[in-house]
Amino acid sequence: MFKSLTSQLQTMWTILQHTFTKAETVQYPEEMPYLAPRYRGRIVLTNDPDGDERCVACNLCAVACPVDCIALQQGVRDDGRWYPQFFRINFSRCIMCGMCEEACPTNAIQLTPDFEMCEYDRQSMVYEKEHLQIKGTGKYHDYNFYRVAGLAIAGKDKGEAQNESKPIDIKDLLQ
Amino acid sequence: MIEVLFYSASVIALLATILALTRSNAAHALIYLIVSLLAIAVLFFLMGAPFAAALEILIYAGAIMVLFVFVIMMLNLGEVGEAQERGWLSVKSWILPGIMAALLFIELLIALSISSEQTIALTSGVAVPPKEVAMSLFGPYVLAVEIASMLLLAGLVGAYHLGRRFIVRREGVHEGGDS
Amino acid sequence: MSELGTMVFGLVLILAAVGGAALVTWFERRLLGIWQDRYGPNRLGPFGVLQVAADMIKLLTKHDWVPPFSDKMVFIFAPTAIVVAMLLGFTVVPFGPDLYVIDLNIGLLFFLSMTSLAVYSVLLAGLASNNKYALLGGLRSAAQMVSYEVFMGLSLMGVVMLSGSFSLLDIVEAQRDQWFCIPQFLGLYVFLIAGVAESHRLPFDLPEAEHELTAGFHTEYGGMKFAMFMLGEYLGLILISCMIVTLFFGGWLGPWLPPLLWFCIKVFIVICFFILLRAAIPRPRYDQLMSLGWKYMLPLALFNLVVTAVIALAMQGQG
Repeated sequence: MFKSLTSQLQTMWTILQHTFTKAETVQYPEEMPYLAPRYRGRIVLTNDPDGDERCVACNLCAVACPVDCIALQQGVRDDGRWYPQFFRINFSRCIMCGMCEEACPTNAIQLTPDFEMCEYDRQSMVYEKEHLQIKGTGKYHDYNFYRVAGLAIAGKDKGEAQNESKPIDIKDLLQ
Repeated sequence: MIEVLFYSASVIALLATILALTRSNAAHALIYLIVSLLAIAVLFFLMGAPFAAALEILIYAGAIMVLFVFVIMMLNLGEVGEAQERGWLSVKSWILPGIMAALLFIELLIALSISSEQTIALTSGVAVPPKEVAMSLFGPYVLAVEIASMLLLAGLVGAYHLGRRFIVRREGVHEGGDS
Repeated sequence: MSELGTMVFGLVLILAAVGGAALVTWFERRLLGIWQDRYGPNRLGPFGVLQVAADMIKLLTKHDWVPPFSDKMVFIFAPTAIVVAMLLGFTVVPFGPDLYVIDLNIGLLFFLSMTSLAVYSVLLAGLASNNKYALLGGLRSAAQMVSYEVFMGLSLMGVVMLSGSFSLLDIVEAQRDQWFCIPQFLGLYVFLIAGVAESHRLPFDLPEAEHELTAGFHTEYGGMKFAMFMLGEYLGLILISCMIVTLFFGGWLGPWLPPLLWFCIKVFIVICFFILLRAAIPRPRYDQLMSLGWKYMLPLALFNLVVTAVIALAMQGQG
């Protein structure tokens, strides 16, 4: 009886001391929490340093996506570059897991530290390509897929990419 | 003013008592009984016995009736109980107690009419403070108080004994012996 | 006071008590927030005071539903009982030397009988809801209230002996030289615990016990009727605080400041203490509650009674 009484008085004293401790709460809309640059939030599509879009519509992001929220259609430009005819992300499904970013060979799809996506209409959560595309290069400033890839496009033939040797003409052995 | 209060409280008490007798749902009957007790407490208060009024609420309405409701809740009577109660409300079953109660009521009326002067003196409307109640309880009525407390003690011991025997018997079954 | 004055004061008292109860709901949440290292409601109005108004609007505009399987009359009647009983209990509280509705010579007994009537609200709600959780809550509350009432009354008899009256005015006047919390600290201790149990507040909120009985006796209640229960509970809290101040901490007595202010300050501190109890102490099990009541509190109250009687008699013999 006495022991439990003192223990309870002790508890009350401890709680009373908490009058002078600071609240742990972050007053969110006024006081923004710190988000790391690599925080996984809203998804964007980035441009390469030359200002052209990075996405080559390889569909790897759509395959990697565990909730199947990415839909896109591949198209080929006159110069041989691939591009997405449309690129659609349903953010009401997206779980911000970052698998698409991992899968992307061209660093086109990237996650940003922005999480404030609230809409009254569910349809407004479906972002089209023009909503996703940004002007900048995102996290990777110097990377340009077509400059390192072996694919021949207009203005760059095979073997002209960075760190790439000329293609071996297999027929010259026969001469 | 006081007369109005008195008669309205009396009417409420009478009506609530009649309803308490005739309800077939036990819980409803108990609620009417509580209302009747509260009305009687008001009557006590108006007749200058505030101590009795407070005790009426505290002991009867506040404690004993709670236990009654408690028991009703435990029993969970429901429809079957109501049907049974309705059966008991037939003329055959209440006519004899009714006649007896009427006889008692007539006796009470006669007694009151004979000693009406004394009755008026008793309910003069002067409030009796709790000190006076205590003085009379432990003065001229001390024997009654002591007897009542002995009775309560016996009840207490009896209740304890009943509860205790139950436990011992269950242990005894385990050991194969009898206490 | 004149009859009209008393009536006006009674009306003001009802408004103040109900408003105070509403304010205490907000204050409790803020204070609990502070003690749990968070803020509590702080959005609406200065310090979040208007949260009370928002809650009230929400509760009053909710669908006033009566379950079809319930005992309808009793179901509707139950929540009113606790509010009426608690408000009646306020009539005997002396807020100042001449600030009271009525000075009964059985004031203390009147208060006890009103708190004992408040149990019906919980009990009948549990019975009328026709719901397992509500029934269990009602059963618990019946046993809890009846047992804690016993030594709630007994713990106050020491105060009555020392002051020689049941009238709360006389009791306050008797504390001019010394507050009864010093000679009657055992009585205070027992009354405090019984008071928490009587107003079924945490840690003794077994009739509700969210974690075990969903919401106990008011599982089926919503909207206005639920608001009545909450109002009754907080009125009970304020009433018990008022009684503790009146009986043990000298009521309105105090230097310099006006009596009413002293009374309010003391009541405020006691309410803070009750909220601290809620913040700090976990709920006991049902059998623990019962054994605490009958095995520790009742002997303690009786011991206090006997010792006080002996000392009071000895003092009388000397003086």
